[in-house]
Amino acid sequence: MSARAYNFAYLDEQTKRMIRRALLKAVAIPGYQVPFASREMPMPYGWGTGGVQVTAAVIGPDDVLKVIDQGADDTTNAVSIRAFFAKVAEVKTTTRTAEATLIQTRHRIPEHPLTSGQILVYQVPIPEPLRFLEPRETETRTMHALSEYGLMHVKLYEDIARHGHIATTYAYPVKVEGRYLMDPSPIPKFDNPKMHRSPALQLFGAGREKRIYAIPPFTEVVSLDFDDHPFTVQEFGAPCALCGAEGVYLDEVVLDDKGGHMFVCSDTDFCEDRRAQGFGPQVTEAAE
Amino acid sequence: MTSEPLLRVTGLEKMYGTRVGCRDVSFELWPGEVLAVVGESGSGKTTLLNTLSTRLAATAGRAEYLMRDGVWRNLFDLSEAERRLLMRTDWGFVHQNPADGLRMTVSAGANVGERLMAVGERHYGRIRSTAVDWLTRVEIAADRVDDEPRRFSGGMRQRLQIARNLVTHPRLVFMDEPTGGLDVSVQARLLDLLRGLVSDLGISVILVTHDLAVARLLSHRMMVMKDGLVVETGLTDRVLDDPREPYTQLLVSSILMV
Amino acid sequence: MYVAVKGGEAAIANAHRLLADRRRGDRSLPAIGIEQIVNQLGLAVDRVMGEGSLYDRELAALAITQARGDMIEAIFLVRAYRTTLPRFGISVPIDTAAMEIERRISASFKDLPGGQVLGPTFDYTHRLIDPALAEDLPVDAPLTREAPETASPRVTDLLAGEGLIEPDGVVSSEPPGDLTREPLEFPLSRELRLQALARGDEGFLLALGYSTQRGYARTHPFAGEIRIGEVEVRLFVPELGFEVVLGRVRVTECQMVNQFHGNAETPPQFTRGYGLVFGQAERKAMSMALCDRALRAREFGEDIVAPAQDEEFVISHSDNVQATGFVEHLKLPHYVDFQAELDLVRRLRAEHASERKREAAE
Repeated sequence: MSARAYNFAYLDEQTKRMIRRALLKAVAIPGYQVPFASREMPMPYGWGTGGVQVTAAVIGPDDVLKVIDQGADDTTNAVSIRAFFAKVAEVKTTTRTAEATLIQTRHRIPEHPLTSGQILVYQVPIPEPLRFLEPRETETRTMHALSEYGLMHVKLYEDIARHGHIATTYAYPVKVEGRYLMDPSPIPKFDNPKMHRSPALQLFGAGREKRIYAIPPFTEVVSLDFDDHPFTVQEFGAPCALCGAEGVYLDEVVLDDKGGHMFVCSDTDFCEDRRAQGFGPQVTEAAE
Repeated sequence: MTSEPLLRVTGLEKMYGTRVGCRDVSFELWPGEVLAVVGESGSGKTTLLNTLSTRLAATAGRAEYLMRDGVWRNLFDLSEAERRLLMRTDWGFVHQNPADGLRMTVSAGANVGERLMAVGERHYGRIRSTAVDWLTRVEIAADRVDDEPRRFSGGMRQRLQIARNLVTHPRLVFMDEPTGGLDVSVQARLLDLLRGLVSDLGISVILVTHDLAVARLLSHRMMVMKDGLVVETGLTDRVLDDPREPYTQLLVSSILMV
Repeated sequence: MYVAVKGGEAAIANAHRLLADRRRGDRSLPAIGIEQIVNQLGLAVDRVMGEGSLYDRELAALAITQARGDMIEAIFLVRAYRTTLPRFGISVPIDTAAMEIERRISASFKDLPGGQVLGPTFDYTHRLIDPALAEDLPVDAPLTREAPETASPRVTDLLAGEGLIEPDGVVSSEPPGDLTREPLEFPLSRELRLQALARGDEGFLLALGYSTQRGYARTHPFAGEIRIGEVEVRLFVPELGFEVVLGRVRVTECQMVNQFHGNAETPPQFTRGYGLVFGQAERKAMSMALCDRALRAREFGEDIVAPAQDEEFVISHSDNVQATGFVEHLKLPHYVDFQAELDLVRRLRAEHASERKREAAE
């Protein structure tokens, strides 16, 4: 079937309006999970159908779209989603964070700071931060309504009692605008501070679980912690082995079966950009 | 005791369809007072406890409670948010089976600390030291603070449940057969501990039990229930030593025969 | 020197090309026609229509070919197509009492008006592999007779006449809920629950229905009636002021009749569990009816003690398109999260080792 058999950006206008209504509500109540009638999409549930529906509802013909998965533009699922929108919305696509007006992401926030007017769409597998503490939707809804979040701290307390520090490394829970507890999707906690007072609009779509939520620009996003065990982000011992960047999130690449490995930028666009500017491996590292 | 009661119950009724759970229950509970509700199973005592603690909805009557801010409120008019707040701050509920009142898969420390965290305590060190302090008070060794209650004996679990309830200094604690599933020797130790804590902290308690010996040891006053109705009420020693109603006499004589 | 992995786009295109090749298989053999699937794998087609929630035999057959016979994949294809279709209206409820019956059996009455009609069933066949089917031997034409003059009222209607079974609910003037168009919020109304069950995975519902028979929430079911056949679909057109027949669909209906002891308000009477599925899907309709009855526990004030009675559990996990997507998404890269965990485990192990060393030193 040709792309023309479908409406612009695949979804029919009625569905887009339904999703936009949910988005407006989500923006009005930062961090609150708005139920929406998620549609079956031509990709499987759990593979970004929530993000794809949100993107389809907000994308316009003049948008420039970037899609990343695990920080990279070239991973299979990112390629597939980018190709989908290039086909059904005929929009321009890019791999450069700064050039994109709309970025759909799975599990990362780009290293290049986002700016006003950009929209970051997150793919969310399990939107409910309390889900693994309380499996019942009816109960978690009540807990949100009454701001009963003690249980989340019980989990963090247990981490410290067991390991000496909070052992949650990704999907690290945040409190939005002092009110709703929110799951930031499985981004590494390294990225959590980037959500705080970001000038970009952040939209979250969970297709299978049928929830949309949002962080409007310049919203307070605070990672949960204890006064005497404050939130910290991961630190890497060495800079990126390709571009020498520090203070960025790194992927480990296994080089051989003898334990040889190296660390490189998880954000491929950021890494390429730096190398294009002439940055390379730091000399001290290269000596090894 | 002060000049005002803590809880005023009038004409309380809980029906299950056409079947009576409890009916026509009226009493006052005073600060620091331990009231035992006794009766056979099916007498309505557990229904009464669950209705008063707002776990069940009453079908008629009022239960007014003197809130911490000095205002009288009918418990059945409270919003869910208010009820839940009351449940985790000013009230406690000690279940017969500790597993119903504990989180069995988180540590003893977190079990005790949960209420503190729920009301906004955000200092790990303080939460932990408060938890250790409470464990000591209920005679659980401080080095068990990171153990899960799954690894505790029945008596320890029950003591942990009590600590978890008392950490926010509630003014009213509901207890449902708190010594029910325990060996006799373990029971005696727990009763001792409970008696000490209740009088030290000046807590009011509504205690449901079928065991008159437990009622004798812990309570100041007693209410005897049968078929959903209160048949006799009075000071514990008076009711047990000089029962007036034939049913109470039967109940008391049956325990004496044991 | 390590170079960051590139070429995802080309790899995907190549993978899809290989998939197309494997789907077609040996080119010297003729391709299977859609008509052949519709005719000879009719029950597979029915399952895809039912769980795909779209009544279109040719489309379901096409999906089966495209999915290389993977039923859940075929159901997924149909669902993804269905969601793009415009909605013209909501039909008048189909009348299964007026069904043109091909099969109709009742396990609760030996004989009844309209009689027992066995129809095309595997029941009572001996499950012996038939080597003769490997060759295309002639098959006898079926024996047929004129439809009997007598009507075949539904067994539940017979019971209802005596007031022995709970009434069949009233048709509300409100438009029915639609789980494909509105967000699902628990607890569900029964119509939404039935919609979810009707498109639920046959295997999942079968296992749950089975669990109720084995004591995990027993409902004492009797297969009051199972009927399979064609019914008319009618649409009320306000501009015309009358109902228009749009066509006919084949459905399987199962009404379980379950014991119930009654309570203070209600005298003892039988209760219902309901199953209705597109096409011929008897096992699915029966499983659905068992689950429907188990899920009505709250309505009847029964204790909720078993998975089959737990609405959130059953409905949240019955959709195989959702389930397969989420299970299979584990194949997607998780480098970033795994990296975070890797880092943590290394750190914890280092701390553990230094702790050990310190203890040993003391």
